[in-house]
Amino acid sequence: MQKDDERLVHNRGEEFLQVFKKGAEFTQDLLKENERLRYRMLELEKCQLGGEAAPVEVKKLTERIADLEAEKQEILDRIRHVEEENQDFAARYLEIEDENNNLANLYIASYQLHSTLDFREVLQIITEIIINLIGAEEFAIMLLDEKSDELQAVATEGVERSEIPSVRLGKGVIGEVASSGESHFAADFDAYEREFDTPMVCIPLKIKEHVIGVLVIYKLLMQKKEFAPVDYELFTLLAGHAATAIFSSRLYSDSERKLSTIQGFIDLLTK
Amino acid sequence: MGDTGQMSDYNVLIVEDSPTMRQLIAFALKRIRGVRIVEANDGVDGLKKLSSERFDLILTDINMPIMDGLKLVSLVRNDANYKSIPIVVITTEGAQEDRERALALGANDYITKPIQPTKILDVARTLLRIP
Repeated sequence: MQKDDERLVHNRGEEFLQVFKKGAEFTQDLLKENERLRYRMLELEKCQLGGEAAPVEVKKLTERIADLEAEKQEILDRIRHVEEENQDFAARYLEIEDENNNLANLYIASYQLHSTLDFREVLQIITEIIINLIGAEEFAIMLLDEKSDELQAVATEGVERSEIPSVRLGKGVIGEVASSGESHFAADFDAYEREFDTPMVCIPLKIKEHVIGVLVIYKLLMQKKEFAPVDYELFTLLAGHAATAIFSSRLYSDSERKLSTIQGFIDLLTK
Repeated sequence: MGDTGQMSDYNVLIVEDSPTMRQLIAFALKRIRGVRIVEANDGVDGLKKLSSERFDLILTDINMPIMDGLKLVSLVRNDANYKSIPIVVITTEGAQEDRERALALGANDYITKPIQPTKILDVARTLLRIP
């Protein structure tokens, strides 16, 4: 009986010891957790202290971004401005290139016109210029006979010379152009139908104000739909240079003929 | 005009019976650096010039005496020595069938008159592969 009691006490003691050990372990765990939480609290406090400085940094960065954005916009504006200038220069370059080409054409036309004193050759050169530079298909060069006051065709292209009627000075469109010295252009090229008395275009060939003939155009090449500004410049050039070239070559031919006649007389007299 | 006898990058043959036209075409082509121009009066003269030296481009009119431009295009395209030379036809003939005929015979391009120097220059630069 006493032994049973001792065993019971012993077991109870063992149980109490176990509970006490567990209590001790639990207390240890609590202390560790407490320590961890305190450490965490310190960290958070530190973070909080650091967090007060952040808005200043953010503000600085925001301002920097705004500056860079403004700078970027300024650069973009400048690029756009330079691009606009480039386009302007490119357009101007093309214009100058075009003018240069036109001047070259005018120069060559003028150079060719004065490259010979042969009357037929001069007429051939005028014909070539009208075909190749103006783009006419049917036309005639008419010269004024000052004795009869009549204009007669001396060279034609696309039409027979015999088809072109003689025109009295001051009569009809052609005669009027020759007497006034003012060019004639048909009002509507598309609607124009060929009439030898009423050409599509009639340009006076004049030396200063003295008209020596006219250039009459009846038809343009099929691909030539209208006149470009350079064509009017060419007409002006033709009106002056062609007239001078025709006049001087005719004078030269006449003087050559007279010289040969005189030479014939001299030969006759001296032999 | 044209044949200076100097070393050149591009030899161009102009076949045209009109001296004025030859001068206008030559003037336009002289914008190309290193170009040397040789002129011929008609197709026969053109073939003679072709046999004497190497050319990089031929520009020819159609309506010419002795031998016209289309005959020249045909002969050049059927000759093994010259068939690779690009040919440009410059003419007053503006009809579509004339264009098609010239291209069918082997012309590389077809330019109609009145002459436009910029157009000639652009086509020449393309065929000479000048950037």
